[in-house]
Amino acid sequence: MSKLRRIAVAALMTTALMPMVEASTALAAKTSLTMGMVLEPPHLDPTAGAPAAIDEVVYSNLFEGLTRIGSKGEVLPGLAERWDVSEDGKTYTFHLRKGVKFHDGTDFDASDVKFSFDRARAEESTNAQKGLFAGIENIETVDPATVKITLKSAAGSFLFNLGWGDAVIVAPESAEGNKAKPIGTGPFKFGNWVKGASVDLVRNDAYWGDKVSLEKATFRFISDPAAALSSMLAGDVDAFANFPAPESIPQLKADPRFKVVVGSTEGETILTTNNTKPPFNDVRVRRAIAHAIDRQAIIDGAMFGLGTPIGTHFAPHHPAYVNLVDRYPLDLEGAKKLLAEAGHPDGFKATLKLPPPSYARRGGEIIAAQLRKIGIELEIIPVEWGVWVPEVFKGKDFDLTIVSHTEPQDIGIYGKEGYYFNYTSDAFNDVMAKMNSETDEAKRYGLMGEGQKIITEDAVNGYLFQLAKAGVWNAKINGLWENSPIQANDLTGVSWSD
Amino acid sequence: MTPDLAPPAQHFWSRALANRSFFVGFIITAVVVMMAAVSYVWTPFDVTELNIAGKLKAPSTLHWFGTDHFGRDIFSMIMVGARNSIAVALVAVIIGIGIGVPVGCWAAARGGFLDEALMRGNDIIFAFPALLSAVMITAVFGPGAINAIIAIGIFNIPVFARLARGAALALWTREFILAARVAGKGRALITAEHIVPNMANLIIVQGTVAFALGIIQEAGLAYVGLGTQPPFPSWGKMLNEAQTMMSFAPHMAIVPGLAIVITVLGLNLLGDGLRDVLDPHLSRERT
Repeated sequence: MSKLRRIAVAALMTTALMPMVEASTALAAKTSLTMGMVLEPPHLDPTAGAPAAIDEVVYSNLFEGLTRIGSKGEVLPGLAERWDVSEDGKTYTFHLRKGVKFHDGTDFDASDVKFSFDRARAEESTNAQKGLFAGIENIETVDPATVKITLKSAAGSFLFNLGWGDAVIVAPESAEGNKAKPIGTGPFKFGNWVKGASVDLVRNDAYWGDKVSLEKATFRFISDPAAALSSMLAGDVDAFANFPAPESIPQLKADPRFKVVVGSTEGETILTTNNTKPPFNDVRVRRAIAHAIDRQAIIDGAMFGLGTPIGTHFAPHHPAYVNLVDRYPLDLEGAKKLLAEAGHPDGFKATLKLPPPSYARRGGEIIAAQLRKIGIELEIIPVEWGVWVPEVFKGKDFDLTIVSHTEPQDIGIYGKEGYYFNYTSDAFNDVMAKMNSETDEAKRYGLMGEGQKIITEDAVNGYLFQLAKAGVWNAKINGLWENSPIQANDLTGVSWSD
Repeated sequence: MTPDLAPPAQHFWSRALANRSFFVGFIITAVVVMMAAVSYVWTPFDVTELNIAGKLKAPSTLHWFGTDHFGRDIFSMIMVGARNSIAVALVAVIIGIGIGVPVGCWAAARGGFLDEALMRGNDIIFAFPALLSAVMITAVFGPGAINAIIAIGIFNIPVFARLARGAALALWTREFILAARVAGKGRALITAEHIVPNMANLIIVQGTVAFALGIIQEAGLAYVGLGTQPPFPSWGKMLNEAQTMMSFAPHMAIVPGLAIVITVLGLNLLGDGLRDVLDPHLSRERT
């Protein structure tokens, strides 16, 4: 009540004082920010779930790791101030920051690091990226401010891996409760979560580093593109790191109140194919599909031109990317021939399960129309995320689906046993094993390229396009990320100009 | 009351065409039905064929109603969508009449506890907001035209059951029914021979209203993604797709919106007109 009244009084006063304020321009800069997100996270523990939405709320804001990924994808010091790497590249000694406290007041030290990593790589761990820790041989706490991690073999990506949201440091006292009430070391602490609506973070005044300029950050969950547009236009939401309606971008661009930045993400948008389910277990069928897909039409039709065509599962802005877009040129006759060779001269029927994002729903309609031309009739089944995850991703009950894989450098999923597209290739696994033990960057990149070629040759999935990040925010906001090198909405450097 | 000597059909049409509501409603409905029928054999463009390069074109001589975000011809989509709207609404009305009328007649014929039980059950279905319950049904059984038909049809049942019961109860007290009873006819036979034919007009009028509502409900379900699935076009889905593009492609929203409004208006006018034409008492009181 009193809060309401205060708002009412404030509103009245602002209206009354408006001319004066404008004259003196003494209005203080805003200290709160409302960020729109399409998906609501199922919980807020980044070490216990794959959904990107978790990291997009808590990464760098609430939880921190030993290293931190910056806006350009670079590895920055996080809770580790600096580190030494042994000659053989197997031993990392991390020197931790001192005086760091968790939000519940407990101290951060080396034992928390050991606890976090042991918890993440334990047998019963629910960490979604256990592979990040698979190479760890031993974790030793030298003293409260020093941790020594020994790897089974040298791994060039180790420092980057420790910057993932799945590798943040949690405290043994609070780890179990992090799903509902996350306790981290970051510059924001958890405020409130109105399920189905928003999560509030408030400034952590006891933060070890530079205090953030925002006092409060709210993440509002708006899944409907039309609602996203109107909330942006009405000023209810200050920013959308990734705006869900690409068709509205020109309109927002033309509006001087907003800044529109089209950047890149790590999101490979693919037509995921169930590689063990007939007829998709036949590589000729998968290649026929690849020949029938017109990527540019999908990018133009579903994303209004935002997106870069890809021919494999790798981000085009990465130095190790191999351009394989022309491996399967658009060729309907060739596609039909392949289908006939595979024993489907008249095509066949299959299902296409589509999660809610517009790249999937719209892209799916376009792909269905494209595949119809070679005789493949797709029944479109729209599904909510709550159904997609258990049914498609975990249950592997699907023929085809469309999804964007937004984890960085995640080509390793093609070697993951039991991953939902059911692909197994010894040749690919060999290349990945070699890559994981290689520390020379150029050689690593070469091996990554070989891996890309193998999966494209096998046409594991339909490779469509790299998801663009259409960031839209109030023109007075500074410091939001232009690209998404990692799943995050890092608000630590965000401020309002007057 | 003077006996009418003209043959019934001729009598109906001469009076109907003099009724302005009926006339306008009939024309509109006929055009929509024709459009749907023609779409089976011919549409200006193939609605499953996408032409991304020609997307979001404003109405022109080539594309009368413009093209949508996939470059499909909106006029063709409206034609095929009409087929879908009519089919869903019509079957839903048939479900409502097919189940609702017998239930209402049965309740009226037996009375007592059975009447109470049937009508209270009816009230329970009636108490749910129809669209909300339809959303529930399609959410449970999956989206699609068939489930949309069932969902809308179920909520037509109590409408017709109530109407039939009310009409039947009034008829049961009439002398000719009494005469039939005295003659030894059973309740079922009386219902079939005398009650139902005498309430047919009422049912037909209510049917057109339910039909119009069905079209709106189908559009509503399709709008929230629970109706007909792509690639088959539907008016509600077209509206949904248009909403983020209204600022630069308003025709995408205006065309299907008008299609729904005009069709529903036509059906309501037809229903109004039919009521006047079929109910001589009412029209005589008016004139």
